[in-house]
Amino acid sequence: MSAKPVPALTQQPLSVINIGLSGFGQTIRDCGGSACDLRWQPPAEGDAEAGWALARLIADERIDAANRTAYGRYLASQPVLTGVGVAGDVIPGMSGRIILHSGPPIAWPDMCGPQQGAILGAVLFEAWASDIGAARRLIESGEVRLEPCHHHAAVGPMAGIISPSMPVWIVSNTAGGNVAYCNMNEGLGRVLRFGANDAEVIDRLRWMAKTLAPTLALIIDELGGLDLKPLMAQALHMGDEVHNRNVAASMLLLRKLSTAGLRSTRLERGALAETLSFIAANDHFFLNLSMAACKAMLDAAQGVPHSTLLTAMARNGVEFGIRLAGSDDWFTAPAPFVDGLFFPGYGPADAARDLGDSAITETAGVGGFAMAASPAIVQFVGGSARDALANTRRMLHVTLGQNGAFTLPALDFTGTPAGIDARRVLDSGIRPVINTGIAHKEAGVGQVGAGITHAPLACFAKAVLAVARNLPEEN
Amino acid sequence: MTDVVTRFFPNLYRDSVALMQLSARLARLPGVAQASAQMATRANLELMKSAGVLDSVPEPRPNDIFLVLSGEADAVDDALRTAAGWLDEKAARGDEEAQQEPLRSIQMAIERAGANEGETEGQAANLALISTPGDYAAAEAMKALRLGLNVMIFSDNVSVEAEVALKRYARERNLLVMGPDCGTSIINGIPLAFANVVKRGDIGLIGASGTGLQQVSCLIDHYGGGITHAIGTGGHDLSAAVGGLTMLTAFEQLAGDPATRVIVLVSKPPAAVVAETLLRAAQHCGKPVVVCFLGASADSIRAFALTPADTLEDAARQAVRLSPSASAMAGADAPEASDRAQRARRLAAQLRPEQRHLRGLYTGGTFCYEAVLMLQEALPGLRSNTPAGSVGRIADVWTSHSDTLLDLGDDEFTRGRPHPMIDPGLRNERLLAEAADPGVAIVLLDFVLGYGAHPDPAGQIVPALRAARQAASQAGRTVLFIGHVCGTDGDPQGLSEQCQTLAAAGVELAASNAGAVALCRAVLEAARAPRSGD
Repeated sequence: MSAKPVPALTQQPLSVINIGLSGFGQTIRDCGGSACDLRWQPPAEGDAEAGWALARLIADERIDAANRTAYGRYLASQPVLTGVGVAGDVIPGMSGRIILHSGPPIAWPDMCGPQQGAILGAVLFEAWASDIGAARRLIESGEVRLEPCHHHAAVGPMAGIISPSMPVWIVSNTAGGNVAYCNMNEGLGRVLRFGANDAEVIDRLRWMAKTLAPTLALIIDELGGLDLKPLMAQALHMGDEVHNRNVAASMLLLRKLSTAGLRSTRLERGALAETLSFIAANDHFFLNLSMAACKAMLDAAQGVPHSTLLTAMARNGVEFGIRLAGSDDWFTAPAPFVDGLFFPGYGPADAARDLGDSAITETAGVGGFAMAASPAIVQFVGGSARDALANTRRMLHVTLGQNGAFTLPALDFTGTPAGIDARRVLDSGIRPVINTGIAHKEAGVGQVGAGITHAPLACFAKAVLAVARNLPEEN
Repeated sequence: MTDVVTRFFPNLYRDSVALMQLSARLARLPGVAQASAQMATRANLELMKSAGVLDSVPEPRPNDIFLVLSGEADAVDDALRTAAGWLDEKAARGDEEAQQEPLRSIQMAIERAGANEGETEGQAANLALISTPGDYAAAEAMKALRLGLNVMIFSDNVSVEAEVALKRYARERNLLVMGPDCGTSIINGIPLAFANVVKRGDIGLIGASGTGLQQVSCLIDHYGGGITHAIGTGGHDLSAAVGGLTMLTAFEQLAGDPATRVIVLVSKPPAAVVAETLLRAAQHCGKPVVVCFLGASADSIRAFALTPADTLEDAARQAVRLSPSASAMAGADAPEASDRAQRARRLAAQLRPEQRHLRGLYTGGTFCYEAVLMLQEALPGLRSNTPAGSVGRIADVWTSHSDTLLDLGDDEFTRGRPHPMIDPGLRNERLLAEAADPGVAIVLLDFVLGYGAHPDPAGQIVPALRAARQAASQAGRTVLFIGHVCGTDGDPQGLSEQCQTLAAAGVELAASNAGAVALCRAVLEAARAPRSGD
């Protein structure tokens, strides 16, 4: 790298950034100089090796260029809902007995309760076993592959279970050519994604496969596809952040689907009514589409060597994992607990650790990053509307830019903070904020609360060390 | 005794989040076991029953809030009133200004300054001053360099490998890395870390030693000169491993600085290969260069047609003599030297015959080192924890040897305690012990003023001086206290005030460390010589 000519320090008025003893900054100001004091903490939670590796990646032109490329692809992406399909038919690598789950890879015995319960439910749904005991033996035999959704261009909320016969949303990035998938939202209460696997749950899944999915497929065909970015942007202006609050987006979707459905001559009235009622009863119906759209945007950025842009944050209830655009590796740390409010009768002792692929929304610059659009969310942690704005503003310090497709009225219609740079997270110690639901730690109880959590810094330290290892020496 | 009470709050709607929040706040009240607030819909009430909060489901009232509380009877009653109060409360929170995120990284500071550029006409940041724990200092410095900033690292305990990596990176980009372990610098008149308030002028200093730079800059000020910049390099810069990378860059910058007319280099003697490179660069810079490599031979400097200085005081004097704007004033302080012999005889006369030894208690390491060099011939038995020349290392720093000079800022003394420049009171105990030794003639002291130093170093020592003198007097002796104050009248502590305090307490003061050491030497020589009238 060639040296740039820099004017000598002695030829400039001094302007100091003071890191450490604040008295030194005060002296400079007392003597008429300019100095600002950092609120400094040891980066990487005091891991000096990671801190040094990080320092050598700051302002590295190779990384900056890779990030510009990856971030550019993310910004340019155009996620369009193009259809509904059967997972085994449309998701790559879904042949044979396989079940996808949320978060980074994890072995069956290590999984949390809700994820195990949901996998057993999926076995029953697939009719690979006739009862729970047989399902458990089948899984323990190792004859069913268990793999992360993220390894198959897919995402799933909470337990994140996708088995071959399940219907999935198909979202295509028309600007990049990649396709992303997500399962469909079952509603609240006793549902598979919280680990419930009784007959009511399996029956609902069967109805979704048999009635909901074909009906939606026809409606989407009638619509000729649905641009998701504008719909999400509109929802942000209506009080959603399209992760933990999806009321407006679900209504906007229902408006599109109902008019198109009623227009269609190919639909059976009973099925249409059931379908629309099912959607109308679920404030979170849009969540899974939001997730698929975000996955499509971020997969567009995947595969740019040396990039430190985050393309996934995902949790399996045991570990929290992140992935960078520069590699397919996971960097993990223990999943945190969620700070939040609990439904009547439940408390922190009932909570599972953070769970699900839904943090793909924050990775894509919505969810917690768009909290300014959704002040109601901060009440989960006793916050004020001002805190919502502060949360969004804080994320500007860890992102590469702002996504002009998603504007925030409360912040003068500036874009949401987008494109998390692992270096910036580790350097500032500002952890990406995530709005999320809280699952009961035991399978099948369901959601017990909601709140806010933060990505653990240890993931970022590992990621930065890996980037540093793979980067050739500068010369 | 546990009580369960339920209450409807009629025609009051709150969303579920607000109600969960209310429940959580109530549950935190002392004596409350459980609190659940919900809109009283059938679904919610049934949910409460299935969660075990209710035994039976009351008639739904969907427009009302339904609250269930359990806990101690009094607490539950109180909580019920509290809940009513909260539900009544206006939501207004005041229009406080949105808080700005504190600056947590160098990058954030640079970006914040960039964003505010329109509002303030500030210069973009160009120096990071780093005083974090040593384990993290190199990383912060590397970030600063990569972001285009110069760096001053006050922190110590940075590895040589990291120092070399930082300095190589900086050298290619004309950036300065002052330090690690750099205690002082003055850039464009602004003191950094431990520095004195010195008049501006045309003399530029570069030093590997913090107190060395402070002494030279203060004496230049005292002699009527002034400085452009004083650039600290840190103590390891001139080692063979580091190769003087910072001193070379600093030298080039001062050579190219139109305001700098004279350059002074201050250091212990560099590694041979480094000295060669530096002196060659100095030889061809086109400006007069004073070289004070404490302990190096004058001939090795003269060989490069440069001006040697054997003490810090000499360096200051030579620089002022060479300074076009200040040379007329040079030598104004010369009388001290001519009066010294007479003063020494007067002081020596106060000593008893067995009082033959010197004990130096230094807060500034370079002062101690300079004193060792100046006294090595006169005091063959001298020991120190900053050994130099023919003087050996003291075996046990806690036990003084006949003639002993101690740097109390050395690691052995500062582990877990502040540096004696920050807390000079730490040497008081040792001062009392030395003065109580019947063989001790002189206790040699230094006092360092300026930013970062103690607000009143002189005042700190006065009680100990008084006690030591009294104890000696009761034993029929007089112990001499000789010292110097490194500072200027512009310093927050004020040179004159500090000198007055010390003189009033009986300290014999010289204008420089070299002057104080020379006085000690003269006193000891006079005391050892056969006295007239004996």
